[in-house]
Amino acid sequence: MSNRLSDRMLSLRDWVDARFPLMHLWEDHLTKYYAPKNLNFWYYFGSLAMLVLVIQVVTGIFLTMNYKPTAETAFASVEYIMRDVNWGWLIRYLHSTGASFFFIVVYLHMFRALLYGSYRGPRELLWVIGMGLFVVLMAEAFMGYLLPWGQMSFWGAQVIISLFGAIPYIGEDLALWIRGDYVVADATLNRFFAFHVIAAPLVLIGLVVLHIVALHSVGSNNPDGIEIKKNKGPNGVPVDGIPFHPYYTVKDMVGVAGFLFVFAAVVFYAPEMGGYALEKDNFTPADPLKTPEHIAPVWYFTPFYAILRAVPDKFIGVLAMGAAIAVLFLLPWLDRSPVKSIRQRGMVFKTALTIFVVSFISLAYLGTVAATPIATLFSRIFSALYFAFFLLMPIYSRWDKTKPVPERVTSK
Amino acid sequence: MSSDEIDYGRRRMLIAATTAMGGVGAAYVATPFILSMHPSARAQAAGAPVEVDISKLEPGQLLTVEWRGKPVWILRRDEEMLENSRSLEPLLRDPNSDELTQQPAYAKNEHRSINPEYMVMIGICTHLGCAPTFRPEVAPEDLGPEWKGGFFCPCHGSSYDLAGRVYAGVPAPTNLVVPPYHFTLSTRLVIGIDPEAA
Amino acid sequence: MRYLIFVIALLGLPQAGFAAGGSNVHLDKVDIDLKDRESLRNGAKLFVDYCLNCHAAALMRYSRIGQDLGMSEEELTVELLTAGGKIGDTMDVVMEPKEAAEWFGTAPPDLSVLARVRGADWLYTYLRAFYRDESRPWGVNNAVFKDVAMPHALWELQGLQEAKVEKHVDADGHERETITGFTLVEPGSLSPEAYDTAMRDLVNFMVYLSEPSKLQRLELGKWVLAFLFVFSILAYMLKKEFWKDIH
Repeated sequence: MSNRLSDRMLSLRDWVDARFPLMHLWEDHLTKYYAPKNLNFWYYFGSLAMLVLVIQVVTGIFLTMNYKPTAETAFASVEYIMRDVNWGWLIRYLHSTGASFFFIVVYLHMFRALLYGSYRGPRELLWVIGMGLFVVLMAEAFMGYLLPWGQMSFWGAQVIISLFGAIPYIGEDLALWIRGDYVVADATLNRFFAFHVIAAPLVLIGLVVLHIVALHSVGSNNPDGIEIKKNKGPNGVPVDGIPFHPYYTVKDMVGVAGFLFVFAAVVFYAPEMGGYALEKDNFTPADPLKTPEHIAPVWYFTPFYAILRAVPDKFIGVLAMGAAIAVLFLLPWLDRSPVKSIRQRGMVFKTALTIFVVSFISLAYLGTVAATPIATLFSRIFSALYFAFFLLMPIYSRWDKTKPVPERVTSK
Repeated sequence: MSSDEIDYGRRRMLIAATTAMGGVGAAYVATPFILSMHPSARAQAAGAPVEVDISKLEPGQLLTVEWRGKPVWILRRDEEMLENSRSLEPLLRDPNSDELTQQPAYAKNEHRSINPEYMVMIGICTHLGCAPTFRPEVAPEDLGPEWKGGFFCPCHGSSYDLAGRVYAGVPAPTNLVVPPYHFTLSTRLVIGIDPEAA
Repeated sequence: MRYLIFVIALLGLPQAGFAAGGSNVHLDKVDIDLKDRESLRNGAKLFVDYCLNCHAAALMRYSRIGQDLGMSEEELTVELLTAGGKIGDTMDVVMEPKEAAEWFGTAPPDLSVLARVRGADWLYTYLRAFYRDESRPWGVNNAVFKDVAMPHALWELQGLQEAKVEKHVDADGHERETITGFTLVEPGSLSPEAYDTAMRDLVNFMVYLSEPSKLQRLELGKWVLAFLFVFSILAYMLKKEFWKDIH
């Protein structure tokens, strides 16, 4: 009986396979995609970013069913979702918490690349596509944050769009064109809605596909920074590689379960994340005539916002902020070390990376507080350190004393 | 990798357990999303029972009120209208209202109403949802000499008598729907609540 | 393990320092208990009687209050729908917004989510911090919200108090006045203790009002976390079993 059934399933599979490369895709990306066997904790965040993307897309679709993108109705429609729509509160909190977790996961994913040199050849394009994803994700999050049409939504958008006004000659016209009105208004909200729910997600999903295609073509890096493809067994399989399925599918499932536990804890017990994810002032409807006393962007933008504020000149400040993101694209060509992974690097790089992480987190914090003279001073110091990490990299990465790269990967 | 040591039984058991639990979890996750598409509190509030004053309704007159976004007809029938309806019974598909989903039990009677005088029904054709027109006149030119007053649907030509009973041989399959309603006074009624629930 | 600590540390960044009122007045702590139905019901009644004349809570429905606080339709009609209306209605304002704006100089804000903007302690302190000030249009000022446009709507209950002011010179040599407390000069219908309890009930209700789904959220959270905990163990056992192959 069950044999008959499985026979039928097999013949169905063969029928599809004759018309679509089903088994080919399955093998290429799962059962015969060989990943290094020593991937550790830091390698969870790629699959987790995919998970959060799915959460955001699904909850987003359901929010769209009840959200009304006009200046008159947006704020009330969000509260309508929170109160009148069955389970609307859960869907909304999943989406708002998901936005913050997207950035947590992506920042940790990027940090992993810094740790183990995952951006180094032959993975330069993989890194550049990933950075493209990061930029689109920031745009997506920024436009999404306007939609609740609270005070922070409004004034955050007003401030950030005004940055474009700093560009010489075309700046003011450009800002006007982005807004479609003289201030952030109904037209702005409506177009941001269109970009947030259609345009940016399409680009995001497209880039995710490119990111994975590139990854599966060059293969995963690993904590030892060894190219496992250079050491293949007689059967043509890398000796340090194991099939992605089942080994990494079951392992990623542990990551997913652990992630969901933390995620659910925040959704159910601290959806405001202490005022970082849902800011207090955003529960007041947008009022173009009244600026809140303290405007800060959502936490995931604050490192770059702190760099902007550290510069006393408007245009140069905008340039600095742009450069802080642009310089990340150049990372593969700034690093001149003979080795990739932190495990073989010397004290110089380890120190530089530590200073960079401290600077980044400090800038993130400084971006949330009022710009007092002391805060501005620290912002300047940490901004300088942030750029120094990248711009001096061609020098110190070459100087650094490195250990030899081992022949085989090390487990544990 | 020595496959001799693999405990396939344990492996299968763990796969089954994880899959089962994952499936239960997925079902629980899907539930709020599916339920979110049901009418919201606002839609339910807008669909609340409607109270109607019918003291000014003349015999032979039709009053249309809105309940849950649908037109509800209240028709005050005189003795002649009731008599005409009775005489039409051989021409009707379901004269005894045997199709139980089309009216509450208390309206399953000869005149399909609580009070014979007042007919209450939802003015939506049971064929494809058009709104039939009220044609109380007897033997008009366009509907022929057999017509004794009723409702005619211009979309696909379905016709009903004044109790909303469908004629045989027209596209509409069933009688017009009678909504739940009850009288609070002899000239006040509430649409949306059954008499026993009030 | 140390990675886990790192992630937790990342989440536990110091609470955002977004000041709400801008004033540096000390706020009294209020004990919020969303499971205290008696308190919530009393708060709802006070809210309807004293706030809803000028403020709306237009994002909230009476029927939802009934559902969450276990009130029947009849109880809702008698206790809360005193100005008429239907159970499914939202808590709209009695006064015309335009008229109100002329009356007070500024339109009274909608109170549906106010507790999420101000916080419970702020509201509790604010409602108890009106004091006599003849220079203001309504003859009262507020120690928490200076020069507020709102009259003391609850003066019948609290009575009227006067502020105790202390003068001192600050570091820059400017003379400053701080309000250190109040003295009741005209007693209201409630004793000061009873008034505090009533305000606790009112604030409790406003906290509920700002997020009615909170009770469900906290209740459901336990089960979701328990489920995910068990699932994590299962997933971990499955992973361990498969990874026995890898040497």
